[in-house]
Amino acid sequence: MIEFERVTKRYADHSVALHDVSFALERGEMAFLTGHSGAGKSTLLKLIMLMERPSSGRVQVGGQPLDRTPRRRIPYLRRHIGVVFQDHQLLFDRTVFDNVAMPLEVTGVPPRDVARRVRAALDKVGLLSKERMNPVRLSGGEQQRIGIARAVVNKPPLLLADEPTGNLDPALSAEIMDLFREFNRVGVSVLVASHDISLVQAMGCRMLTLSEGRLTGDGSHSQMRGAYGG
Amino acid sequence: MAADPRHSGTQSAGRRGAARPRSPWREQLESYLAHHRRTARDAAMRMRDAPLSSLMTGLVIAIALALPVALMLMLATVQTVSSGWDEAARINVYLADEVDLTQAEGLREHWAGESAISEVELIARDEALGSFRERSGLGEALDFLEDNPLPHTLVLTPEARYQEASALQRLVERLESDEYVVRVQLDLEWLQRLNAIADVLERGVTALGLLLGLAVVLVIGNTIRLAIESRRREIVVAKLVGGTEAFVRRPFLYTGLWYGALGGVLAWWLVEVAFWWLSVPVDRLADLYGSAFGLQRLSFGDVLTLVGASMLFGWLGAWLAVKRHLDAIEPR
Repeated sequence: MIEFERVTKRYADHSVALHDVSFALERGEMAFLTGHSGAGKSTLLKLIMLMERPSSGRVQVGGQPLDRTPRRRIPYLRRHIGVVFQDHQLLFDRTVFDNVAMPLEVTGVPPRDVARRVRAALDKVGLLSKERMNPVRLSGGEQQRIGIARAVVNKPPLLLADEPTGNLDPALSAEIMDLFREFNRVGVSVLVASHDISLVQAMGCRMLTLSEGRLTGDGSHSQMRGAYGG
Repeated sequence: MAADPRHSGTQSAGRRGAARPRSPWREQLESYLAHHRRTARDAAMRMRDAPLSSLMTGLVIAIALALPVALMLMLATVQTVSSGWDEAARINVYLADEVDLTQAEGLREHWAGESAISEVELIARDEALGSFRERSGLGEALDFLEDNPLPHTLVLTPEARYQEASALQRLVERLESDEYVVRVQLDLEWLQRLNAIADVLERGVTALGLLLGLAVVLVIGNTIRLAIESRRREIVVAKLVGGTEAFVRRPFLYTGLWYGALGGVLAWWLVEVAFWWLSVPVDRLADLYGSAFGLQRLSFGDVLTLVGASMLFGWLGAWLAVKRHLDAIEPR
């Protein structure tokens, strides 16, 4: 689903965010991306989203090399990737329903299908009863679940999350992670960036560890115990 | 995975990984048009939700448009006045007091024989007094005059090919040299000057119109720039979930179009009000000149052109703003 081949990302100020990173995430696989803040997790996700382009190396998503994707094709590519952000990126000038409907509106889904699919997505994250509310009135955990509903409403084959539990307490965090696992169970490939090692280890999934831009570990948490200095 | 949505055809709804529209092209088109309608309505609603600022922007546009439109209409009025007379420039020849009616008849015959002149009409002094009495409204006051102060007058209509400034000038000089002639008045002169002034004004108004059109584009561009700033988050999210440039631009282009429409309609209204206010003194003026001219009004077609042009300006302004500011907003 995702393939990085000797990817290096240097920014304009010559700082190196990623250095010679290679890995592959299989279709239907779920993995965590860990490392201290500034280790390059966000940059890696941005490369997949084509919010950034690599300085060298190749990135493939869904079997498609991204290096030759012209700017105008980027939106079509993003429609196949659901993304969840730490700050959830919800819009407070519209209802929960309209927030979740955005990806469908963008792709021109007929209005009658929109309602059905938005409710299905809200049902999955357990917030169907709040569709008419403004997200500003919901709790942090609920807001993040709306962000997840928006990410999956399009039924993307790939789901990315950048520190989705960054602002949540441990109980809510575990709930959010369980949601991701549920989506993975029905075939969605999932890649979650998180610095919360104990939470990630509890999930028992594959773990990619970044350290100062280099991929220093790749394996399940039991294999990883020594690698991540912890 | 990243298949082109346009190629995805008709897959069964609800299938995993098939995030593309699975509808036939007809349904795609309908949903595209529905989105256009929704965006257009949403843009109009946003303007309605801030009525005061919308109205102010609309008025700025309206004033910028109404000014050249009103000037153009006034020019058109002046031009209809002059064009009615243009073709039949006539020369009034006032004869000396001592010339009697028979001599005047003789002069008429004489000038009628000239090749440059197609027609000569004699207005006898009594006739002239009679029509003056009728038209001036001085009626009874004129009875106090001991005798008729008006001379006999010949009204000459030059041949069409002599209807030209220098030829007319020569003709006037020849007429003036006649011993029985006191004064020659060429109606054309002031018309020519009026036409020349109108030509100058026409260029001035065109230049002003272009400048103010540019002002409308800039005003709308600036309004759209502010709208883009205030909806920055929404733009970022739309781009993150796969909104195309066209999708993101659409609401702002509609906003520009609606501002243009509002400005155009208000401009029409301003011109109508101004001309209604002007029409009373203008009618009185026309009346005093014994003329039937009135202010030119905007025809239905003119109004459509005005509003259409205004919408075009609005769209253009929005497009410029969108090109400059929207494309720069990228999710980070």
